Amino acid sequence: MPLRLLKYALSRKHPAPRFFRDCTEPKKSYDAVIIGGGGHGLAAAYYLAKDHGITNVAVLEKGYIGGGNTGRNTTIVRSNYLTPEGVNFYDASVKIYEGLSEELDINLFYSTRGHFTLAHTESALRTMRWRAEVNKHVGVDSYVVGPDEISKACPQLDISCSGKAPIVGALYHGPGSIARHDAVAWGYARGADSMGVEIFQNTEVTGLDIQSGKIKGVHTSRGYIATNKVLSAVAGFTPRITNMAGVDTPIVIHPLQACVSEPMKPWLNTILVSGSLHVYVSQSSRGELVMGSSLDPYEVHSTRSSLDFVEGLTSHMLDMFPFLSNVKIVRQWAGMADMTPDFSPIMGTTPVEGFYLDAGWGTWGFKATPISGKTMAATMANDQAPELIKPFRLSRFEDYDLTGEKGAASVGH
Amino acid sequence: MKLLTCPVNGTRPLSEFVFGGEIRNMPDPAQASDSAWAAYVYNRTGAPGLKKEWWYHSPSGTWFVAERNTLTDQVARTYLYGQEDKA
Repeated sequence: MPLRLLKYALSRKHPAPRFFRDCTEPKKSYDAVIIGGGGHGLAAAYYLAKDHGITNVAVLEKGYIGGGNTGRNTTIVRSNYLTPEGVNFYDASVKIYEGLSEELDINLFYSTRGHFTLAHTESALRTMRWRAEVNKHVGVDSYVVGPDEISKACPQLDISCSGKAPIVGALYHGPGSIARHDAVAWGYARGADSMGVEIFQNTEVTGLDIQSGKIKGVHTSRGYIATNKVLSAVAGFTPRITNMAGVDTPIVIHPLQACVSEPMKPWLNTILVSGSLHVYVSQSSRGELVMGSSLDPYEVHSTRSSLDFVEGLTSHMLDMFPFLSNVKIVRQWAGMADMTPDFSPIMGTTPVEGFYLDAGWGTWGFKATPISGKTMAATMANDQAPELIKPFRLSRFEDYDLTGEKGAASVGH
Repeated sequence: MKLLTCPVNGTRPLSEFVFGGEIRNMPDPAQASDSAWAAYVYNRTGAPGLKKEWWYHSPSGTWFVAERNTLTDQVARTYLYGQEDKA
């Protein structure tokens, strides 16, 4: 790297390094088309090329890559879920994340901080014990800790929460991490592009060509593209795409908001979550506090954020950290979360042959980016979902075989 | 502050209201097939558009209907269930 930097400094042109080709003219047909150039879609393209040798692939992105929920989440990676199916799945994701900076040759600022889910009541603590036991059973590092250990890890935290909701314990999860989310999308984009995948930005899908139950192609703002395999990885836009395919799903869209404070010197070493106070917070490598709360209470297909959200979140933040009263909020935003009734994703095949769904990522999508890309690529290559994601199949609803995941973020339990 | 109009109590802050989901027609449980029933229980109209929804004014305990565009979040009108003509 230093040699490359020196060479760059001495060159006269200083060309801006491009991560991927600027594709604008799609071919007439591809072996596979991926709708959605977020982390999930790009990861699927990357693993299609790398694991399965399928490189004649187009990724179609309506806006710019990583501009949707990939760039709007609060970047937490963890696997301390409640169901064994969920824990296994997210643990596989954490394991890929740990080596991903090297694999993609890009600094993801992947930082393992330890993750505390705070309990303010005995009943919350009971859920923490339940999650800890499921995690241990599956081999994931989680255990219940008391207030003393929380204070040791985060001395700035007011354990009594201003006397309103004293903390009685927490679920501690060692592998809990944060990462630079846009770098994940860019890294996968560069990796996929280098193996031949074509990425089309500003390219909207306007219709799906389905004949006798099989996918034949997609209509786009850049013309018709013929293909036998289409993956929808569009998060909050999923119902619009599944409508085009005539596939019914339980997905409902609710906005999820987040915000960041002005940058400070590093003081918060861990990731803290309080389900009761509706707060999750970590400090980014830039020094900003990255904060989120809970889902907006009703369906809206919009990324507008609200003053109510900041007011509610910061009042709870001040209960936990009274000394932050003079710190300013500098940015806030929202993403469209595609919620499912059991808080698990919907992944795999659909009633339409060749149409695959990677959806229902609600408030838990970023942490699953690598493993969902890998498993969806396998699903597309083999026309069959791997064992790991079978509990998340669309047909589970019809079979009344749900995967009730109450360990999801921003969800009351 | 966002506002919503309760057909009984007039225009009130949104924080007084609870969203009750889209109004949907229940199939006859005795007649519906298992898959039709599962579709009724779980599937939703997820795409954006003008929808008829249940809303609840919690201080007064009033359930009513709102016609709302879920893309723009604009409420076209609200009325008590069955009193669509009077709205």
